[in-house]
Amino acid sequence: MQDLRYARASSVAEAARLLADGGPTARVLAGGTDVIVQARERTRQITLFVDIKGIPEAVDLRAANGEGLTLGAATPCHQIYGDAAVTSSYPALIDAASLIGGTAIQGRASFGGNLCNSSPAADGVPPLIALGASALIAGPGGERRVPVARFTTGPGQNVLEEGEFVVALEVPAPAPASGARFLRFIPRNEMDIAVVNVASSLRFDGGEVVEACVVVGAAAPTALVVEAAGEALVGSPLSEESIAAAAAAARDAVRPIDDMRGSIRQRRHLAGVLTERTLRDAARRARGEEVVSHP
Amino acid sequence: MVAPAKKPYRVVGSRPVRPDGTDKVTGRANYGADIRLPGMLYGRVLRSPHAHARIVRIDAAKALALPGVKAVITQADFPAAEDAITDLGETASNLKWLVDNVLASDRALYHGHAVAALAATDPHVAEDALALIEVEYEELPPVLSVHEAMAEGAPRVHPNMHTVEMLARFSPGPRSEHDIPNAASHLRLEIGDLDQGFAEAEVVIEREYETGTAHQGYIEPHNGTALWNESGELTVWLSTQGPFMMRDQLARVLKLPVSKIRVIPMEIGGGFGGKIPVYMEPMAAVLSKKTGRPVKMIMQRDEVLFGTGPTSATYVRVKLGAKRDGTLTAAEAYLAYEAGAYPGSPVGAGGMCMFSPYSVPNQRADCYDVIVNKPKVSAYRAPGAPAGSFAMESTLDELAEQLDIDPLELRQRNAAVDGTRRIDGAAFQSIGNEAVMRAAAESPHWNSELQGENRGRGIAMGYWGNGGLESSAYATVNRDGTVGLVLGSVDIGGQRAALAMQIAETLGIDYEQVKPIVVDTDSIGFTAVTGGSRTTFATGWAVHEAGLEIRRELEARAARIWEVDASLVHYDDDGVIRGPEDRSFTFREIAGQLHRTGGTVQGKADVMPEGTGPAFACHIVDVEVDPDTAKVEVLRYTAIQDVGTAIHPDYVEGQIQGGAVQGIGMALTEEYVYDDQGRLRNASLLDYRMPTTLDVPQIDTILVEEPNPGHPYGVRGVGEVPIVPPLAAVANAIHQATGVRTRRLPASPRVLLEELLPEE
Repeated sequence: MQDLRYARASSVAEAARLLADGGPTARVLAGGTDVIVQARERTRQITLFVDIKGIPEAVDLRAANGEGLTLGAATPCHQIYGDAAVTSSYPALIDAASLIGGTAIQGRASFGGNLCNSSPAADGVPPLIALGASALIAGPGGERRVPVARFTTGPGQNVLEEGEFVVALEVPAPAPASGARFLRFIPRNEMDIAVVNVASSLRFDGGEVVEACVVVGAAAPTALVVEAAGEALVGSPLSEESIAAAAAAARDAVRPIDDMRGSIRQRRHLAGVLTERTLRDAARRARGEEVVSHP
Repeated sequence: MVAPAKKPYRVVGSRPVRPDGTDKVTGRANYGADIRLPGMLYGRVLRSPHAHARIVRIDAAKALALPGVKAVITQADFPAAEDAITDLGETASNLKWLVDNVLASDRALYHGHAVAALAATDPHVAEDALALIEVEYEELPPVLSVHEAMAEGAPRVHPNMHTVEMLARFSPGPRSEHDIPNAASHLRLEIGDLDQGFAEAEVVIEREYETGTAHQGYIEPHNGTALWNESGELTVWLSTQGPFMMRDQLARVLKLPVSKIRVIPMEIGGGFGGKIPVYMEPMAAVLSKKTGRPVKMIMQRDEVLFGTGPTSATYVRVKLGAKRDGTLTAAEAYLAYEAGAYPGSPVGAGGMCMFSPYSVPNQRADCYDVIVNKPKVSAYRAPGAPAGSFAMESTLDELAEQLDIDPLELRQRNAAVDGTRRIDGAAFQSIGNEAVMRAAAESPHWNSELQGENRGRGIAMGYWGNGGLESSAYATVNRDGTVGLVLGSVDIGGQRAALAMQIAETLGIDYEQVKPIVVDTDSIGFTAVTGGSRTTFATGWAVHEAGLEIRRELEARAARIWEVDASLVHYDDDGVIRGPEDRSFTFREIAGQLHRTGGTVQGKADVMPEGTGPAFACHIVDVEVDPDTAKVEVLRYTAIQDVGTAIHPDYVEGQIQGGAVQGIGMALTEEYVYDDQGRLRNASLLDYRMPTTLDVPQIDTILVEEPNPGHPYGVRGVGEVPIVPPLAAVANAIHQATGVRTRRLPASPRVLLEELLPEE
């Protein structure tokens, strides 16, 4: 463990000031499931942890009817999947919240931390993108909002400027006749990092797909929105053909690497498989059928 | 599930609570990491970032200048090591190689090879200081597989090494006439006439197989705390399977008489063969000598994977000859096992075990121990046997398919029986091989119908010879009628309970009357490792003999009290001492009178029993393979094994279940991943994928009890053989589910998907 300081912020302004004073080696501490490991293993130089769990807005969880979901950046997974309103309206988030790490990790790990860690394989990011979420960012220059789809810029890199941090994530209320699903592939059944993960969302109107979003993770430097998949789906009823076309688009769009967790061919293939599976489940959820997160 | 068997025992075969259980589940049990001594320093190890490099220069000045750093050592701080063989029980190792593996001399031979160590007042300071040790390396080309290593003109990891012909598994002979690069040794095992055997065959099948490097995966990292005091005596608290083996290795590495070394074994959090060699313990000792303070060293998880011995990656080629009715006429194997950086792979055991469940008149196995730039392997549960059996049992499955014979039926037709000769020429006596196969054939699992798509069932046999070796024990009779049982065998798998049960049986007393304790090397006679499936067998012999001595002495005491001739007094198996005229003492009664009849009574025994009973196992597994992702789900698993007598059936079943799960890991997910420069890429339990509880089903067990006549209670070693069959059983099941023969394990989704997808 490297030698570092710890400060607990109790307001957004205090956190921003602590981070600005701390300079580039100051890091936000939410659940700490990534950054504490990085400090211990010295994979990232950290001299100051600014704990944001004392900031009310950062541990918020509000799913007001029809007004969307506000998710504090440090709100832990267990609180999210323990919330009846979130589980009923945002099941794709639950798909992710309930499989990140084991139970103990889920008591600490947060979507905000997952996003800011900016791993290409982050399990929290594709469902946020598929649901059209934005990040509320605070910093020395005040507040700004950035769509999650544009937040991560590369492995371990994102749009945060020095002194900035994510306060909360804002997810729009689900439209009628819409549904979303997140799935990942890992070689084991738990305690693993996605070889590929995919989130898909669909909105129907009169039997036709009117909106579609397919997001593939761990198959490019950042989670990838497969525009061509959406185009293949919108404008017609969901069919075996359109699902196959979307899967083909996903396979074409990905730019995977070959590493110890997966080969290029495997990742490309799995992007297609998971696109098909998530689309089918998203359609079932849009029809009001129950799709359990982890059967 | 226990097959019905006659149980004439009172204690043996019951399932009492283990004596060490409460402290372990409440966290009170003391492990090496719990040691804290006044003035203690914390040691850390600097490891090579290269798979093969000359160490040009080590400069510790900056590290030593960091406040809190008390000493830095390299191999130059160790006594010079001559070449000598030190017997570790399961593998052999030359002293020079042993020392070089602890701390590199002029060359680092694998990624993670220790090159320096330091001690500081604080573990964080020690970690900071590591980065300040400057090492200049000159990189050398690494040799990373047996194929690369043995190729003509391959770079030699040990330039002066010449292939040695082994006379037997543990007996090196002369230099071979056929020197092969990096092949430390060649062992040929042979019976019958192989050419004749193949000439008689109507079907011949030859196949090649490979397995990856797998680690034992014990949860407790290696640790050791050393105190070298001012009178030159060394005390070491550590986690080991064999305190006396540790003492011997420390004595050799440090050039100290064993009488100057006291090894105190702490509780052990898993070993599986991997906690027999020394790693940081000698470094902690030298750092303590240099600083005059106790030094504690604990490996980080990645160090366990980088710096300790996994089991070999292997290449095995098998050729079988058979009649059309399935009768095997010839079996031939070529085995090349990675030894890592120093000789000592378990390849001989691979050749020894793979054909042993079968009666084949003509057999040959050529076994090569091959040096590569990877960590030196150490023992891992039935060392060497799983890979050889994977090859044999997969090929048998294919032969059964070709001949259209049920795979279990084919095995039964060729089953080794009493009198069958093994590949080393020895004839089996009192084995339960056929009984195991019969129990498999009658099992609910084998007789159930496998339903559903993409599913397959596999079956495989396994054999392991089990060990004997030295054990000491003594037992003291307390006045309250209890017995203190003093053991030199550390308790990994419930040995305290299994040994207390045996002496309770011998004395005719209750299990709860026996209080077992594991002591240090100054407190009992030499006892070999808890390993080789030997402890319940051999130390069981010792406690039984100790119990018999107590019985004899108590008979004498009773005779004295009753003033009768000792020949008229008899200690019966129910723990009652009976004499003439219906006089009798219970154990408790006579224990209370010992102080008036000559003082306390102890029984002791030092044994080295022959008569180990070999173990046979048959595993049945159902899998489902996702045709889209190539992920293999284990649906159902049954392990059938001849256990001789199950002293404590819970722990026997636990051993079988644990072995099966480790084998499933080797079959499906566990493997060291190296880059082309020989750097280990997955030194973490995130990416070195052991099965979790969600990855395996309940492992059902069927205990076959064919008592071993070489043991008073019929014990056969049970711990190792269950890791032998799973590899082939799973591979055979995958074949039935998919039509694909996986000849390289692990059959990870990445690898299996390539087989399932159309060729690109």
